[in-house]
Amino acid sequence: MTYRPRTLYEKIWDDHVVETRDDGTALVYIDRHLVHEVTSPQAFESLRNQGRPVRRPELTLAVPDHNLPTTARLDERGARIPIADPQSAAQLAALEKNAPEFGIQYIDASDVNQGIVHVVGPEQGFSLPGATIVCGDSHTASHGGLGALAFGIGTSEVEHVLATQTLLLRRSKSMEINVTGALGAGITAKDLILHIIGQIGAAGGTGYVIEYRGPVFEAMSVEERLTVCNMSIEAGARAGLIAPDETVFRYLKNRPMAPAGAAWDAALAYWKTLTSDAGAQFDKSVTIDASTVEPTVTWGTSPEDVVAIGGNVPAPASFADPSKQEAAQKSLDYMGLEAGQRIDEIAIENVFIGSCTNSRIEDLRAAADILKGRKIAGNVRWAIIVPGSGLVKAMAEDEGLHTIFTDAGFEWREPGCSACLGMNPDKVPAGERCASTSNRNFVGRQGPGARTHLVSPAMAAAAAVAGHLTDVRELD
Amino acid sequence: MQAVKSIEGKAYPFGAKNIDTDVIISAEWLKTISREGLGEGAFESLRAGGDSVFDDPQYAGAPILIAGDNFGCGSSREHAAWALLDMGITAVIAPSFSDIFSGNAFKNGIITVVLPQEHIDRLIEVAQDNPIHVDLENQVVTTPFQDRFTFDIDPFRKHCLMHGLDEVGLTLERDEHIASHETQRAEKLSWMTAGTQTQSERHA
Repeated sequence: MTYRPRTLYEKIWDDHVVETRDDGTALVYIDRHLVHEVTSPQAFESLRNQGRPVRRPELTLAVPDHNLPTTARLDERGARIPIADPQSAAQLAALEKNAPEFGIQYIDASDVNQGIVHVVGPEQGFSLPGATIVCGDSHTASHGGLGALAFGIGTSEVEHVLATQTLLLRRSKSMEINVTGALGAGITAKDLILHIIGQIGAAGGTGYVIEYRGPVFEAMSVEERLTVCNMSIEAGARAGLIAPDETVFRYLKNRPMAPAGAAWDAALAYWKTLTSDAGAQFDKSVTIDASTVEPTVTWGTSPEDVVAIGGNVPAPASFADPSKQEAAQKSLDYMGLEAGQRIDEIAIENVFIGSCTNSRIEDLRAAADILKGRKIAGNVRWAIIVPGSGLVKAMAEDEGLHTIFTDAGFEWREPGCSACLGMNPDKVPAGERCASTSNRNFVGRQGPGARTHLVSPAMAAAAAVAGHLTDVRELD
Repeated sequence: MQAVKSIEGKAYPFGAKNIDTDVIISAEWLKTISREGLGEGAFESLRAGGDSVFDDPQYAGAPILIAGDNFGCGSSREHAAWALLDMGITAVIAPSFSDIFSGNAFKNGIITVVLPQEHIDRLIEVAQDNPIHVDLENQVVTTPFQDRFTFDIDPFRKHCLMHGLDEVGLTLERDEHIASHETQRAEKLSWMTAGTQTQSERHA
């Protein structure tokens, strides 16, 4: 067989193809499946109706996250506090019943291991380099930060994976995003990925799997890589990944669900082959100069609507595409902003630090660095910090971060998706503005009429202190 | 899923770009454990203004939606496809779709037709007062005028749509191949199934 250089994506793909049909559709084996309460009940119901079992229950892990309130879960006597919303309670109860019925491991809401699925997977060592990982949630792209091929699926596909441990897929095109040079002081992974989405657009990655390449990513911690890959979907790419290296291997070693002993050695030998070969062909290449990235915020209602903190709200007429001009005007109307307004003068009433994008320990440390010895501004009505998992929460408390947060005027919550998606009780009121470390600034995303500005944890903390969006590097 | 060969009728002349699945169906509606009844919540934030095409009685019950670039971007929620289906929409025509949404639509018997922007512009003009015809078998969209816009569709998806096939059932027929892959996998990637316990279970 002649040697053909392959991309990292092709290597993982090739090792998971069960068979390829004549029409080019491939049956692809799935190694890891994360399940949460919102996108799974209809899938379990279908299995039950058809009398179909789960093929490999040990490869699926169920964790509630989207619908859980982030207030206390147990009372003083250790009894479960009932969930007020009957529909949310019923949906959570369905997962708690479905998981054991189908033999799937379930992490309860009051377990220290509970958290947002995309925080839990890597943290437990359930998510591994070279694995195919799916979940009924588009931010499954996160796990690409470990060098996994990870992507979101719909409920019908959740059912398909449960029943067959496979998916019918067509191979995506491949895109490399090369980031050259180094990020400036105070510039984070979140600023970089927002900048990248601004460059390629919200549909720029549609049909592609992105590989992020270059020294900036090699220098990143696993937490930062997860943040970058998490938002691949906001550029339209179903998956984004970064070649695994010593940083990833160190992170995974001794994680509870990661391979151990001889299995670890075998895994490591395989993982070290997971890089794009020299000369591998990508369908598209994009180059970004890291030195041009500033602290970045969104001004509109699409994640592509980004601007540097020192900039101004753009005029709709500044866009070449007439349909984008119309969309920009609608965004400005919804956001209550005027073209030309200075970004760093936009006042905010709410601050949310959390979500699968930015709720890991490093994110909380970055926020604590800013908040230490400071107070939130008088006009900030609601400021919450929601750790990504019970383990992150415990670690933060060991380091004393929670007292820094509460001293500054933040609420310190229980793990979950919280104010990222306007589903559980954590919502931003209509017409109010929120500096948010989450991933989507869509119309109504944080609650009907809520206005979202996506930022990094440090920038969210700085906005809380200043009472308006501000350059974290210039905070008094 | 029901077999579908062609769809003819009124079409919502919508056309907006980057319509995300939060706009199609907001999170508040995702608390359901059923697939039914989501049409009521579809496009809620747009309908709130009272002047959207979805409020116009002229298009009520239309089986076709004409949309803009990147339709269905964002969240993977299949509720977006269920909401459209509950409204009676079984075909969406747009210049591009998000990958996850088009997969979800297909699995619920909704045809996603990709046409270039100039054809979309023409269809929006025609749909103001005239029906549109989506012919899956011949892969063409026609109007009562001379318009004939051919489109590409994945042959596997076309086959499943036209015969109303259950994908899970089809894959279960390949059980032998899946089992043989699992055997190879157990040799080559033996470490992949090594650990499956959480911290608290290990300590239990």
